Amino acid sequence: MANTALVAEKVGMTQMWQDDKVVPLTVLRVPSVRVVQIKTAERDGYSALQVTYGTRDARKVNRPTAGHYEAAGVDPGVKLVELRLEDTSGYEVGQVIGPEVFAEGQLIDVTSVSRGKGFAGTMKRHNFSGQKASHGTHNVHRKPGSVGACATPARVFRGQRMAGRMGGAKVTTLNLKVVEVDTEAGLLLVRGSVPGPRGGRVVVRNAVKKPVPVISGEAE
Amino acid sequence: MKPTDLVDNRHLRDDIPDFGPGDTLKVHVRVVEGTRERVQVFQGVVIRRQGSGIAETFTVRKVSFGVGVERTFPVHSPIVSKIERITRGDVRRAKLYYLRDRIGKAAKVKEKRD
Repeated sequence: MANTALVAEKVGMTQMWQDDKVVPLTVLRVPSVRVVQIKTAERDGYSALQVTYGTRDARKVNRPTAGHYEAAGVDPGVKLVELRLEDTSGYEVGQVIGPEVFAEGQLIDVTSVSRGKGFAGTMKRHNFSGQKASHGTHNVHRKPGSVGACATPARVFRGQRMAGRMGGAKVTTLNLKVVEVDTEAGLLLVRGSVPGPRGGRVVVRNAVKKPVPVISGEAE
Repeated sequence: MKPTDLVDNRHLRDDIPDFGPGDTLKVHVRVVEGTRERVQVFQGVVIRRQGSGIAETFTVRKVSFGVGVERTFPVHSPIVSKIERITRGDVRRAKLYYLRDRIGKAAKVKEKRD
C-alpha cells in the first residue's frame, strides 16, 4: 500500500526541454489538501487519511458535514476524499499536505476517472480491426463480425467483447515519473499522461509496485 | 492564456528574432557527434510557422544539389543555438507549400521592401 498520497487537479499537458530532448508533461495542481480525519486499523478496520481540498462556500455545506469539518477545525473543502495509507502515524488532523511529499525523480501512480466516451463500437473500445473498405463489403466496415460458432455451442461465450459504454471508469496509471515539484505554486510536473479531463480530480500516490526510493525529503 | 503557461513561460527562449513565412533564415544547429559538438548552419526559406507557446515549430526549405530539403525546428529548442534573419520575404500567405511545386527562378520569394 502507499506511504504517501495526495489529491490534485489536472491542469493540462505541455512539454519542456531536458538535455536537448522534449519531455511530455502533465501539470497537476495541489489545492491545499487538509487532513480532516485519520482512520486507524483499531477503530475503523483500515488505515487512511480523510482529506479535503479547495474551498467551498460555508453556506452550502450541510449541517452534519459542517459539524464534521468543525470537529477537525478545518475549513470546508470541495469534497472529502480518503487516501489509503499503510501508516498514518506521521499525520495529524488539520495538517496541510503539499506537493513536497513527493521528490523529483520519484515514481508515482495516478488514479482518476477517465473521460467518458459514451456508447462505443468494438473498434474504438477493444481495438478490433473492423472489416474491409472494399471488395464487396457492404455497410459493415466498423462491425465486429462473428461473435461465435453455430449449433455447437449454440450460444455466445461469456466475456465476448462487444460494443458498449466506454470510459468514465476509475483508471490508475502506474509508475509515472515526477519531473519537478514546485512547492511555491503547488504544482507537480509528471512525465507522461494522466487519465481524466483537464480540471479533473486525481489521486496521486507513490508507486506501489516499485521499491520506495530512499530520499531524505520523504520523511515529513 | 493557457493554464499551463505558468510552467511554459520559464522554458521559453527570449533570444529568438521576429521572423515569419517567406523570410530567409540562417539556423545554427548544434550537432553532437559522439563526444564532439559543432554548429551546422541550415539556410533557407521559412515555409510555415505552426503551433503556439513552447510547442511552436517552423519549417525551413532549401534546395540542395537539386533536391528540396525541409527541416522543421521547434522555436524554443535548445539545439537551435542561433537564428539569423537574412531577408524578409514578400508573401501573401502563411503556408508557402506552393514553393514545393516550383523550380528555378519561380521558386524564389520576392524580398520585402519598405
